[in-house]
Amino acid sequence: MSAPAPEVALPAVAARTRAQRASGPGERVIELGLAACSAVSIVVTVGIVLVLVFEAAEFFRAVPLTKFFGDTEWTPLFKDNQHFGIWPLVMGTLVTSAIAMAVALPFGLLAAIYLSEYAAPRTRRMLKPALELLAGVPTIVYGYFALTVLTPFLQQFIPGLAGGNMLSPGIVMGILIIPMVSSLAEDAIYAVPDSLREGALGLGAGKLPTILRVVVPSAWSGIAAAMTLAVSRAIGETMIVAIAAGNQAKFTTDPREPAETMTAYIVNISKGDIPNGTLEYRTIFAVGLVLFAMTLTMNLITYRLSRRLRAQSRA
Amino acid sequence: MTLPSPPPTTEPAMKIRVSGLKAWFGTHEVLKGIDLPIPAREVTAIIGPSGCGKSTFIRCLNRMHELVTGARSEGQVLLDDTDVYAPEVDPVLLRRRVGMVFQKPNPFPSMSIRENVLAGLRLTKRMGGRKPAEVCEKALRQAALWDEVKDKLDKPGTSLSGGQQQRLCIARTLAVDPEVVLMDEPCSALDPIATARIEDLLHDLRRDYTIIIVTHNLQQATRVSNRTGFFLQGELVEFDLTDKIFTSPQDRRTEDYITGKFG
Amino acid sequence: MKPGPPPIDISGRREGVWFERGFVWVCRVAIVLPLVTLVWLLGGVIARGLGRIDLGFLLDAPSQLDATTGGIWPALMGSLWLIVITAAVSLPVGVGAALYLEEYGKRTRLGTVVEIAIANLAGVPSIIYGMLGLGLFVRWMALGETVIAGALTLALLVLPVVIMSSREALRTVKDSLREAALGLGATRWQTTRHVVLPMAIPGILTGAILAISRAIGETAPLVVVGAVAFILYAPDGLDAEYTALPMQIFQWTSNPRREFLTNAAAGIVVLMFTLFLLNSIAILLRNRFQKRMY
Ligand SMILES: Nc1ncnc2c1ncn2[C@@H]1O[C@H](COP(=O)(O)OP(=O)(O)O)[C@@H](O)[C@H]1O
Ligand SMILES: [Mg+2]
Repeated sequence: MSAPAPEVALPAVAARTRAQRASGPGERVIELGLAACSAVSIVVTVGIVLVLVFEAAEFFRAVPLTKFFGDTEWTPLFKDNQHFGIWPLVMGTLVTSAIAMAVALPFGLLAAIYLSEYAAPRTRRMLKPALELLAGVPTIVYGYFALTVLTPFLQQFIPGLAGGNMLSPGIVMGILIIPMVSSLAEDAIYAVPDSLREGALGLGAGKLPTILRVVVPSAWSGIAAAMTLAVSRAIGETMIVAIAAGNQAKFTTDPREPAETMTAYIVNISKGDIPNGTLEYRTIFAVGLVLFAMTLTMNLITYRLSRRLRAQSRA
Repeated sequence: MTLPSPPPTTEPAMKIRVSGLKAWFGTHEVLKGIDLPIPAREVTAIIGPSGCGKSTFIRCLNRMHELVTGARSEGQVLLDDTDVYAPEVDPVLLRRRVGMVFQKPNPFPSMSIRENVLAGLRLTKRMGGRKPAEVCEKALRQAALWDEVKDKLDKPGTSLSGGQQQRLCIARTLAVDPEVVLMDEPCSALDPIATARIEDLLHDLRRDYTIIIVTHNLQQATRVSNRTGFFLQGELVEFDLTDKIFTSPQDRRTEDYITGKFG
Repeated sequence: MKPGPPPIDISGRREGVWFERGFVWVCRVAIVLPLVTLVWLLGGVIARGLGRIDLGFLLDAPSQLDATTGGIWPALMGSLWLIVITAAVSLPVGVGAALYLEEYGKRTRLGTVVEIAIANLAGVPSIIYGMLGLGLFVRWMALGETVIAGALTLALLVLPVVIMSSREALRTVKDSLREAALGLGATRWQTTRHVVLPMAIPGILTGAILAISRAIGETAPLVVVGAVAFILYAPDGLDAEYTALPMQIFQWTSNPRREFLTNAAAGIVVLMFTLFLLNSIAILLRNRFQKRMY
């Protein structure tokens, strides 16, 4: 387990570097180049905000915020009777995301507990990558599945389930998110020091009470971070809902009904023939801005929580 | 400041009898056949150089050793007259009679001081008709912590100082009413003042409990224990009344160790 | 003497044993059920689509009229153009950024801000990247709805992935090696170029392949930056119109005529097979890499 490489590699490096000692200004240029590469991330972040705010500002010049947030009808494409109330889209997003979380949270947490506390090392080595596969399937494929397989399947049991509905894509989104929840929650559970498990077992507590009442609560901030990240992912998920949720901007909480999420709306406008620069077209930036604000909020909470987790595990 | 030892003529009742105890981590044999009777309601100290198997030994007594992957053990440990390694014995139930205090204080960070004390009973669903406030106060008084925390029972357990945390862990252990309390170097992470408090505590506790304490501090062994066992490389070299071990050890190696020739 | 209840019978029955057994079974189900769904999904797609795949399906242009003829050639070529350009842009920039953050920019002002930006970007929905691409590349830079605009958008999308996996790879190189090289009088860049990078390359490549897999499956940002849903020709330059495999699948899936779903399934089989190949390569690479580690 020693490190044989330095002895092999370094003499060659030494010879080369001695020959190239006089590379002062070159060094500086390279460092600047690399710094520029890393600055791209900042440019992208700023770019996103600028593009969204800029175009959305144009939109809000024509449609006041009171109409945007004070109306529950969304009919921007109607010739007459145009309404720009964002709530139907927000509701579609929230309902599908809630369904996704209702699937991903219990499944992901149970999987995490099983993998970290019960599974034999061999089982764990097999199951973990298998679960990760779920996250590697493109969302377009999940969308196809939700529309053509899951919805007809569910219609056998759930009367009144529309062909495009919120339930089926919500469930499929949940499945997609399970590995994210389980792997982050597992990391958090894994980070709980063994001394706490031993403390509880030493009191004569069984394994399950130890896990549920000592280990999991101690991993709380990490598990909460997994949840907020999953919510953010669900809110931003696009193709599954664009394909399977029915694309009707209805203000409803009934998961059997069709709906349109914010993301699906953006897709539907983008693929259509609405000319650039029209008010209808600018709606997607207003919607995009709301979407961005929602995911950013979740991401900031996640960031806070995981910083707390790191501080804890250092203590 | 040695203790008045129990009268040497009457052999006390034995709480635990260990015979032929061997333990392994993987293929590494850490205990090589230990025979040791542990008297009831006394403090038994285990001393020896680091790595000699002291922790492993006491972790075999409440079957915590087997929780480490790859760890196993062999031999007999009788608690009263039941072999704790008998197949029908549930180690979880065993640990309710043989409690443990660890080297590093490990209060549960998600729980308040009160909840920490009650954790054992709640986790094992044994609160029954007991009044939480009474259980809590009794255990904290036993652990000589009551006066310091009675006004902040709802603060997190981890908000206490190291010495207080360790006494909280002792209170937590006492609250489940064990018969035997195992302590693995309970003062090694504490300052001298906190150490003194815990040593005082041991004097009171041995009226009610059988206590086995691992310590690398020889003075501590002389101060708190009735009997002392000296471990070396997985073997029990000598076991006797503490006075005898420290004044007239029978084995050369014991003498070398307590006079500071090694370890 | 301590009065008290009689000692617990340690050979007795304990509360909650059956509950725990039940719980563990529930956990097992919670892991297996999603995997069963995955098998159901893949099985269904293969059953429906595999029979549709032949040479014509791979090499022909799609047909809007007849679901039983036509294929995915323009989409395949579009995807190929996209990922080659995406890789060519995101890899150098991403690895450069990772090098800066790991080898130069620790604890600098820029480094800290970049860290935050990356953490944030990793959580931005892909469709928002599409809107950035639309505003930045399609409109402002006036690239139009072209291959290059789509590829640049995807490059920005996978950039955080490339940066994070490259940093991971750079972190596996031991500091003692850097110090040894610096101690021999090598400059920072010489150390990075000749000692650190060669050792991190397999890890970086593995991450790059995973980033590419992500780009291949992306649909939403391409819709926004104007990949066309139906096109008969493969792109012939950076400024060509284009479609991509997931776009083609999307178009077939949302086609009101149900018989096109068979084509969608066949397209999915091709897409999944491609991803399977890429991931196998990544795993092989990682395994070889791990064997060379000591
Ligand atoms: N978890 C473990 N895995 C493998 N070996 C261990 C483990 N814990 C302790 N050991 C080894 O067992 C021996 C005895 O350890 P321990 O009982 O902790 O000694 P002590 O408490 O007397 O210092 C030591 O050689 C130690 O290296
Ligand atoms: Mg020890």
